[in-house]
Amino acid sequence: MAPRGIHARSTAETSLRKRHARARLFALFCAAVTWAGAALLMLLLYQISVNGFKWFDVQFLTSFPSRFPYKAGIKSALVGTLWLISLVAIISIPIGVATALYLEEFGKKGRLGRMVEINIANLAGVPSIVYGIIGLAVFVRGLGLERSLISGALTMSLLILPVIIIASREAIKVVPMTIRHAAFALGATRWQTAWSHVLPASFPGILTGVILALSRAIGETAPLIMIGALTYVAFLPEGPMDAFTALPIQIFNWVSRPQEEFHELAAGAIIVLLIVLLTMNATAIFIRHRAEKKRG
Amino acid sequence: MAEFTPTQLQSKGVTQLQDQAILALQDVSISYSGKAAVSKVSFPIAKHKITSVIGPSGCGKSTLLRALNRMNDFIPNVTTEGKIIYNRQDLYAAEVDPVEVRRNIGMVFQKPNPFPKTIYKNVAWGPGINGRKDSMHELVEKSLKQAALWEEVKDRLDESALSLSGGQQQRLCIARALAMAPDILLMDEPCSALDPISTAHIEDLLYRLKSSYTIVIVTHNMQQASRISDYTAFMEMGDLIEFGKTRQIFTKPHKQRTEEYVTGRFG
Repeated sequence: MAPRGIHARSTAETSLRKRHARARLFALFCAAVTWAGAALLMLLLYQISVNGFKWFDVQFLTSFPSRFPYKAGIKSALVGTLWLISLVAIISIPIGVATALYLEEFGKKGRLGRMVEINIANLAGVPSIVYGIIGLAVFVRGLGLERSLISGALTMSLLILPVIIIASREAIKVVPMTIRHAAFALGATRWQTAWSHVLPASFPGILTGVILALSRAIGETAPLIMIGALTYVAFLPEGPMDAFTALPIQIFNWVSRPQEEFHELAAGAIIVLLIVLLTMNATAIFIRHRAEKKRG
Repeated sequence: MAEFTPTQLQSKGVTQLQDQAILALQDVSISYSGKAAVSKVSFPIAKHKITSVIGPSGCGKSTLLRALNRMNDFIPNVTTEGKIIYNRQDLYAAEVDPVEVRRNIGMVFQKPNPFPKTIYKNVAWGPGINGRKDSMHELVEKSLKQAALWEEVKDRLDESALSLSGGQQQRLCIARALAMAPDILLMDEPCSALDPISTAHIEDLLYRLKSSYTIVIVTHNMQQASRISDYTAFMEMGDLIEFGKTRQIFTKPHKQRTEEYVTGRFG
């Protein structure tokens, strides 16, 4: 019996060694892929910085676009983007979160609910240019909102609503059922339960989804071109009904010029866009961190 | 209080209740998607007494307990038949608001489920949403004292409830339920996730609460049922086998099945 036992053990050990080796190999592969992605991103950032930073100064931020590169700036585009993203946030967050809350907490989980669910998932995959066409037909022409900030914001909101709804639903779904039951057992209504317990518990997840969605909106160009945001704007929008331009459009405009200087200006504008984006993300992380700490 | 004449009880083969009934189950049947979980169960719940419901796993005792404050409403495809009379009113009558029912009939669950908020807010939230505004501090203190938790948490009311141990969390859940001043407190195996010391804590607590609350407790633990309860209902496969005074059920059961169960011959 003894030799057989030893034999069995040694094969088990070889196979264990093999399994460890395979695990290490896989970890190595994952690390390589991760770093390859990060390196590519670094390379892009490096190239943009090299080209763009020499134009990046106060004059660049506070000037309107111009046909002379040394006079050109992104004032109107930056202000337009800030306007746009604020309006998009105001429109899309309440609608998106309320929809998710309704679908998860209040709506009957029947055939209709499943159909809505599938449709929302499909909408998330529709190309942005299609939303641009809808925006042009419905908001610009149909409702007569013209080529205004509000048209752009409504179009962008349509574009990112599916993302917000899906992310919020997932965040709401993982709130334990036992918490809802605890609230119901204290004589809470569905609304009180959702407002006081489900929403706060799912807040970090919802915030992540919202930020991803807004980040997408801030970089989208196609729908804005479609609804006819202007490419040359030498004034600041003063209200939601004003015409506007936005950073991606300004970048697109500069890149399509033949002169090298304008390409560098585009790089400078990309830096500004990235800073806006990172500021938004950092704010979200800060808020989420505080919310999580508060809940303990 | 519930109308439950002795003849009615005897006609169902149920031992007569010597105390005043606060709640009365009459031919209660519950099924999930047509599959019966509880069939035609009738027994009364005595006021300011502890009634325990015992039986093997899957006998329908938890389902029955959840029916008493309409928590089964949240499970899809549950149908409840028969009557549960509380204050001369059938809890399942069309005009009854289940939210109102749960305000008066509280519940403590099998696993401690405190809200991921501070200890204070866990207790104060229920009364708060039900319109209580003044002397909330006193109420929180009183409820935590009733649940024998005050001494342990009085200096850390602003800490998260999740920082408490399992036994403390369960006592917090009891305090939370007591803060609503419920007529009846339903407990679904409240000690099954706890160690023996925490269990002893909670049993002591239940014993003291009896003077002012009516408690219905579902338990797996027969020693627990015999230690703390005044009345016991024994269920098996969705049927009520026997209901009576706890001492009678555990020492002189009328049904052979009950005797086999309480003496540990099965289950």
